Amino acid sequence: MPLPGSLPLGGLGWAKQEHRHKNQDNEHKPTPSPLERVGERLRQSAETTPSPKERAGERLMKKLPILLLCMLFTKEPFAKTWVVAPNTALSNLRQAVKLAHNGDSILVKKGTYSSVNTIIDKSLVITGENFPVLDARFADEAVTILANQVTFRGFIVKNSKTGSMRDYAAIRLFNVRHVTISHNRLVNNFFGIYLANSKNCTVTNNDIIGTNNRQNSGNGIHLWQCDSILIRDNRVSEHRDGIYFEFARHSLIEHNYSEKNLRYGLHFMFSDNDIYRHNTFKNNGSGVAVMYTKHITMFNNLFIENWGSSVYGLLLKDISDSRIMNNRFVGNTTAVYMEGSDRIVVTGNNFIRNGWAIRVLANCNGNRFMKNNFMANSFDVTTNGSINLNHFADNYWDKYEGYDLNKDGIGDIPYHPVSLYAQVIEQIPQSVMLMRSFIVNLLDKVERSIPSVTPESVKDEKPRMKPNY
Amino acid sequence: MLKIAKYIILDIIRSKVLIAYTVLLSIICLSILMADADVTKGLVSITTVVMIIVPLVSIVYATTYYFNTYEFTELLVSQPVSRTDILAGKFIGIGTAILAAFVIGVGFPVVLFAFSVTGLMLMVTGSLLTLSFISLAFLASTVTRDKAKGIGLSLMIWFYCSIIFDGIVLLFLFSFSDYPLEKALIVLTALNPIDLARILILLQLDISALMGYTGALYQSFFGSGYGMVFSLLMQLIWIIVPLWLALRIFKRKDL
Repeated sequence: MPLPGSLPLGGLGWAKQEHRHKNQDNEHKPTPSPLERVGERLRQSAETTPSPKERAGERLMKKLPILLLCMLFTKEPFAKTWVVAPNTALSNLRQAVKLAHNGDSILVKKGTYSSVNTIIDKSLVITGENFPVLDARFADEAVTILANQVTFRGFIVKNSKTGSMRDYAAIRLFNVRHVTISHNRLVNNFFGIYLANSKNCTVTNNDIIGTNNRQNSGNGIHLWQCDSILIRDNRVSEHRDGIYFEFARHSLIEHNYSEKNLRYGLHFMFSDNDIYRHNTFKNNGSGVAVMYTKHITMFNNLFIENWGSSVYGLLLKDISDSRIMNNRFVGNTTAVYMEGSDRIVVTGNNFIRNGWAIRVLANCNGNRFMKNNFMANSFDVTTNGSINLNHFADNYWDKYEGYDLNKDGIGDIPYHPVSLYAQVIEQIPQSVMLMRSFIVNLLDKVERSIPSVTPESVKDEKPRMKPNY
Repeated sequence: MLKIAKYIILDIIRSKVLIAYTVLLSIICLSILMADADVTKGLVSITTVVMIIVPLVSIVYATTYYFNTYEFTELLVSQPVSRTDILAGKFIGIGTAILAAFVIGVGFPVVLFAFSVTGLMLMVTGSLLTLSFISLAFLASTVTRDKAKGIGLSLMIWFYCSIIFDGIVLLFLFSFSDYPLEKALIVLTALNPIDLARILILLQLDISALMGYTGALYQSFFGSGYGMVFSLLMQLIWIIVPLWLALRIFKRKDL
């Protein structure tokens, strides 16, 4: 075979031929294709000092790899797949990463590997076949990703170290762009996936189960100082916080399932302009908390069975200019708790079988509650003040007993969702002992016949006769 | 004693009032359970109804029946039967009849639609409530001679237990809201059979998490096996003590 450098035109023609040939049998990957051999030879020839004879073709030869690249539109000929398997020459991920170059792939076969802080500092595609296990053996983190454009998928990562000084994570991303973490199972880690100072990353289809240990438990997915992150289709359970955001902006969180976490199913602070949709938050220690944030959009989420004393479906603290739409709140102690939150639009939500559907503290103002359905809640709305700066309209209340003479679907008399008894409980929490007793029913009846005793603070001028859909 | 009870039961069944009561209870329960898609909420509604109707019917019916069979009692007293046997026989007879009405009227729909721990709790506490109000009815009947007075007194007792007592509790809570009242509340609860029954059922339902600190305390007390035994014991005391007092009065009474 002639050396490509010595016969430039012929060489190019040959390369084209090979390209066609390669397309025909693309499956024969293990045997190095002729093109790969060429690449290897080029590399070798670049390393060895050229003989005087070859000097003439040297410049062309230097350009040739680029030419080839342009022709093939791909880096394929240079990307190599490294196979890691137990009891072979390449028997752990760390070695493979050391040998690999940017753009290579690493395939890890099924088996159990010790992975005490394996650092991935090259842009690699790392794939686990049949879920190989990376075990950190409680010594350190399992995997740390420090390079851009890394794909990491298909692993079981377990047993990261716990500690009170550092947040050890199963998979840590630090200062990276365009990294994808998908289809992993994380078991028994302190923190699950920890993204710090990263942008444009994707975390999808991971199954994260924590230690369920109150003392030593970190967050399932933890974001700190991130931007434009996509978190989709993950399941997080038995961690401290299921999903935790701090200074994470412009991110999309969708189709995640967060349950049985010790503290919050979702917890975010100082994270503006994020969208949360189609997530399920079930039976978490204290529900979902969002704090000190602006411009949040939460829609089509399900908050279910976050039940217990001082447990919230959705706790809003110092949130402003946000939208909460079309969510379902089922069986929470307090479905929505608002404190110091302004200009939030709450529309199209269903509040079903909650203890308190909405609890708005008096320091909230300019919030609008419209077109929501309130059904079978013990208390629809409670507040601790007498001045109302929030707006209620077009909601359906199952406790509404008004009438609709002109049949336009809107009740003719306003509805007062804060009942007299709710006010009494507000004053004296112990009087909850009288709940559902005859005297409380009597109070409600009195309230209806003598409307002057009803707290005027909250009023729905246009209550719906039928649920909104 | 049992013979007297048997005779009274047969007599009550003939009168058809209790059958009407049974039908009423089962219609209420069935309509609530069928109208409400959510079984738990249905049980809550039934609890509210049961806590009003069951004590009222039990106490008024038992009192009325006691006075209606006053001549029969006089006849029995002239026979060689001890007064304890007479009163106990009457209690067993009336108690069995009303209890059966309650168990059939409420138990049947509950077992059909909402068979659960809560449903079972509702049945047990409802039964105990029935018995304690019959016992109170006996006390009211033996204290007075006059039928009108007796029924008035039993109505007063019902009124006191279902409304006035709770009103007093509310007033108490308002007046002493600066003090820690949680432990006092447990004692207060035990002083009223209706409250006792209501709290026991509601602890199975939504109330526990809503009550915050009070709820936690209630849950830890009434929810535990120890507290459960205590509350059931308190309900038994509400059955035994009025009956014992009635017996004491009845024994010495000049009929």
